[in-house]
Amino acid sequence: MGFKNAPMTSVTPAEQKASLFTPEIRAEIDRWIAKYPEEWRQSAVMAALQIVQENNGGYLTQELMDQVAAYLDMPPIAVYEVATFYSMYELKPVGRHKVCVCTNVSCMINGSDKIVEHMEKKLGIKLGETTGDGKFTLKEVECLGACGGAPMFQIGTKYYENLTTELVDSILEGLE
Amino acid sequence: MANEVCLRNFDQDRPWLLEQYQNAGGYEVLKRILKEKTPPADIIEEVKTSGLRGRGGAGFPTGLKWSFISRNAPGQKYVVCNSDEGEPGTFKDRDILRYHPHLLIEGMIIAGYAIGATRGYNYIRGEFWEPYQRFEAALEEARKAGFLGENLLGSGFDFELHTHLGMGAYICGEETALLESIEGKKGQPRYKPPFPAHFGLYGRPTIINNTESLASIPVILEKSGSWFKELGVENSGGSKMFSISGNINNPGVFEIPMGTPFSTLLEMAGGMKDGRKIKAVIPGGSSAPVIPGDQMMELNMDYDSIAKAGSMLGSGAVIVMDDTNCMVKVLERMSYFYHEESCGQCTPCREGTGWLYRVVSRIENGKGRPEDLALLDDMTVKIAGRTICALGDAAAMPVQGMLRHFREEFEYHIEHKKCMTGS
Repeated sequence: MGFKNAPMTSVTPAEQKASLFTPEIRAEIDRWIAKYPEEWRQSAVMAALQIVQENNGGYLTQELMDQVAAYLDMPPIAVYEVATFYSMYELKPVGRHKVCVCTNVSCMINGSDKIVEHMEKKLGIKLGETTGDGKFTLKEVECLGACGGAPMFQIGTKYYENLTTELVDSILEGLE
Repeated sequence: MANEVCLRNFDQDRPWLLEQYQNAGGYEVLKRILKEKTPPADIIEEVKTSGLRGRGGAGFPTGLKWSFISRNAPGQKYVVCNSDEGEPGTFKDRDILRYHPHLLIEGMIIAGYAIGATRGYNYIRGEFWEPYQRFEAALEEARKAGFLGENLLGSGFDFELHTHLGMGAYICGEETALLESIEGKKGQPRYKPPFPAHFGLYGRPTIINNTESLASIPVILEKSGSWFKELGVENSGGSKMFSISGNINNPGVFEIPMGTPFSTLLEMAGGMKDGRKIKAVIPGGSSAPVIPGDQMMELNMDYDSIAKAGSMLGSGAVIVMDDTNCMVKVLERMSYFYHEESCGQCTPCREGTGWLYRVVSRIENGKGRPEDLALLDDMTVKIAGRTICALGDAAAMPVQGMLRHFREEFEYHIEHKKCMTGS
């Protein structure tokens, strides 16, 4: 059996690429493209999706995915595959603050159930939902590699560890 | 005897800065190698002598892995570091990235020199934003100081190193899924053979090692392979970082010699919380079968001791559970995890992990049937060993471990529709 391993290419002319995204976003994506071999622009797809998601209020649209595909010379389907495979991409609008709470074993046996229950009650939403004012989304996530500080959650790029219900209150109330 | 390898000089002020790292002798090994033009074969031999085994969980001898690369083959070769730390219970690599990024960088450059690779990637899970930023800052420092780039310190050897960020997929910790991910695809494992040493990143010869394995390299070459080997015990060279969490007073990362009694590690971690009785321990990340507490208290933390007890040392992630925990509930959560993280490529894993989760879940929720335990036994055998990667095994092993040691708890659940522990 032959082992195929080549980028899936679908070339977009350079002048069309210049109208995709803002110059700042293009520069950021280009920084990632430069890390990989020239023929492997698609290696930057994960970073590119993360960058455009970040600049779109935390979620991806099909239009954005198509633009990433064009920019990286990929067929759109290859970009959809990536966007639907990895759990940090959002395909629906999310709140300004996405609270990613770990409920895996170490967190569970240290009371993550209580933390989840407390937040669900406080925010009036269930895991996987967003508050009506668009401020918070609650998301259950798998082990975030901070079990020494269980129970924990992540908001944005920051980890919050050794959570108690009081600490959760002060963290959530401190967010704009 | 603790903290001699990856956690060396851990207590300095801001140990992640290049200046601090160099004050403590950092990059001296690399400089010596480049200056003396140490034959690469000698380096690989030294790593073999050290007995270092893959710290990500599989425990494959690192030096042997390196020797599979034919150094003189033409074309690009790669060094890839697996910092996609995601095995539940594991949180050691995060500390290397946060506190000792230069140790990893130096280890990766030496690995590149040893196998003839001029390019490396460090795959860091996307949730580790703070460690990623630390690592990036360290790369910048190393580049400015001439440790990365072209013609390192005038030696004629080039090495460039970049970070690739994951975006949330446990499966990318599997080495070939990780390569697929760097190539901009879904992280679905490849068939092996061919192994990455022959057909790796971008189809080129590649070595992939865990963060802790690569960060152990500089000290092995500074003090010698036999020094490292003698820290540990037969078949388990060196010291190792253990991430210990659960119902204990002082969870954290402890670097101790291989072969240290578990009871000593538990003591270092402050003992059981509220003086409760130890019920069960998962000794090597959630894929490792559970071991009853009493038995665990008699075991040592090395590959052979834990294997003899029917489990595995894995990534060194130790989850300690006291007698308030219901094993059915714990297994339900673990089975959910494997179902959630199965990449969907192989039928036995894609479908089987869902079956495991649903059956354990109905037992937990008082809807278990008398035939369910036999069904679970049967399913684990039909998943394990029948998939492309080890995720199928990883999903089956915790179920087998729980049913081996805590079967009566599952039977009680099925019969009485409630829990023995009252939780």
